[in-house]
Amino acid sequence: MTKPKKDVVVIPTIQTLQKCPTGIKGLDEITGGGLPQGRPTLICGGTGCGKTLLAMEFLVRGATEYNEPGVFMSFEEPSIDLVSNFASLGFDLNDLKDQRKLALDYVQIDREELVDAGEYDLEGLFIRINYAIDTIGAKRIVLDTIETLFSGFSNESILRAELKRLFHFLKTKGITAIITGEQGDKTLTRHGLEEYVADCVIFLSHKVSEQIATRRIRIVKYRGSVHGTNEYPFLIDEQGFSVMPISSIGLDHAASSERVSTGISRLDTMLGVKGYYRGSSILASGTAGTGKSSIAAHFVDAACRRGERCLYFAFEESRNQIIRNMRSIGINLEQWVNEGLLEFRNSRPSLYGLEMHLVTMHKAIEQFEPDIVIVDPISNLEAAASETEVKSMLSRLIDMLKMKGITAFCTDLTSVGGSLERTDAGISSLMDTWLLLQVIEGGGERNRGLYILKSRGMEHSNQVREFSLSSEGIMLQDVYIGPGGVLTGASKLAQEAREKAESLARSQNIEYKQREIDRKKIVIEAQIAALRAGFESDMEELELAVAIEKMHQKVLAEDSVAMGKARKSDDAQTEIDPTKTVSEVANDCKN
Amino acid sequence: MNNDIELTTKTEDRETYLFRLYVAGLTPRSVSAVRNIRTICSKYLEGRSQLEIIDIYQQPHLASEAKIMAIPTLVRISPLPERRFIGDLSITERILAGLDITKGV
Repeated sequence: MTKPKKDVVVIPTIQTLQKCPTGIKGLDEITGGGLPQGRPTLICGGTGCGKTLLAMEFLVRGATEYNEPGVFMSFEEPSIDLVSNFASLGFDLNDLKDQRKLALDYVQIDREELVDAGEYDLEGLFIRINYAIDTIGAKRIVLDTIETLFSGFSNESILRAELKRLFHFLKTKGITAIITGEQGDKTLTRHGLEEYVADCVIFLSHKVSEQIATRRIRIVKYRGSVHGTNEYPFLIDEQGFSVMPISSIGLDHAASSERVSTGISRLDTMLGVKGYYRGSSILASGTAGTGKSSIAAHFVDAACRRGERCLYFAFEESRNQIIRNMRSIGINLEQWVNEGLLEFRNSRPSLYGLEMHLVTMHKAIEQFEPDIVIVDPISNLEAAASETEVKSMLSRLIDMLKMKGITAFCTDLTSVGGSLERTDAGISSLMDTWLLLQVIEGGGERNRGLYILKSRGMEHSNQVREFSLSSEGIMLQDVYIGPGGVLTGASKLAQEAREKAESLARSQNIEYKQREIDRKKIVIEAQIAALRAGFESDMEELELAVAIEKMHQKVLAEDSVAMGKARKSDDAQTEIDPTKTVSEVANDCKN
Repeated sequence: MNNDIELTTKTEDRETYLFRLYVAGLTPRSVSAVRNIRTICSKYLEGRSQLEIIDIYQQPHLASEAKIMAIPTLVRISPLPERRFIGDLSITERILAGLDITKGV
């Protein structure tokens, strides 16, 4: 164990490879800590892919950040050119030279001048390298591009033997070296330098697909170390080289239970009263003109009011256009821009490749450190790449945002005719909350409907809300849900009027029926009274008859008694002649 | 002698040749390079050549200054233009051609 400094329990196993941090953004992450320390690394790639820059930045970062002086052996460019080239990237090589943190040596190879007159070796070069290393105590060295030796020296067998010796020499010197090499036809380097540098090989490419150029870096091999195997996009800008190791970060980000308002109170209500989760991803999808950007603007406005920082990536509209449009719905975004809480990043999707977009977004996010990121719209990115690429890019973006606890709000334009629940980028599974904006057509107008397709981890409304844009912003209203389906806008109003009329008619009908009942009752009662009256008169008549009969009987009995008396019969013969009718009897009585 | 006549006719060429030979220690190759250039000088440039031998092990800073890569390297400092020869200088014809010296015996 050469490093006895750590008081960690040292497991007596093989010593792992020591790594030399490059200090280059992202490169240390994909190499798992840097380049192999004390060993040479080959960086190869085509012309203009950034080899020299990567190598130089390795030295500059080493000198400034890790206090490791470096030597730059240039075989291509004179030192003075290097100094001026790197000045444009903000590297002051002369200053570093003065501080004895950097040594530049231009190894000029001019074949015309050299006459090969016997056996030789490259001891002179070795001595120069050795001398440069020793004078500043260098820990790092760059040989850029050693392959030019092949054009300077005709005896290739000597050269190959010497290169082998050179790498061996560098290793014994314990110096971390970068050797650059031009890409060959079928090989990594034109002269097969990879044969000599067996420890670490990094390949840079600069591919153009569909007229969009993307720089990529790939670690071809790294002996004795795990490393990212993908092609990672990288960026060269005024701050130098940056690699974005933004692939499959994993799903172990913390989940916040803090809620953030959507900026629309009724939408908050729909989302369990409180709004979105902080650090979640929100997708608003819908066809053109459904108000996606307006919902985004509300969210931004609410966040800025809370004093949070928002970064707005606009792929469709310019900054000023968004500000103007949002002013029409009563949202003043300009004030937040002026306060520095809101920043717009506008770019055309076709400006550069998807990876590049991701890289620039990544960089912008790191610089601005926002709480909220808006991507408006994600579907436009498809102009720059295929669907699967968009999906992979977005998943990396969202992973990254989640890692940082940034709330992501994406809008997605769905094509008319396609299924609404299908987002173009097929990224719904990445999203925690999905607002679906729908155009509801009918009654000669288009109205907007909003519903929450999903919202992970919270109670949410399952109802469709109509939303309209007014000068006060977004208004959410209930929609009419009746047997005729969902109605919005004017037809909703019409339906409501119709319903009112119907219910009025119905109540009138009831009243009418009620009166009818009353009327019928009166009629029936009258009839009952009439019948009763008839019955009463009949009864009177019958009772009279009964009385008369009774009278007759009495009279007859009296008469027969009188007649019997007259005929001197005894009282017993008082019976009535059975052959006579009652009426005859009665008539007799009357007479 | 023919050689003398030619030399006398070209008096302006009779300037001194200044050579600098860069070696790295006393390797067999440096030794043979020294021997070879000495032979050439005495044979073709008798009395008008001067040879400096520089061991870059001793003076490593000179290697960069003189843009030395291969060892041994022979540099003709004067007359101008500068000429460079690499190797153990065993291929005499190439040296003579490079120095514009005709073998003319």
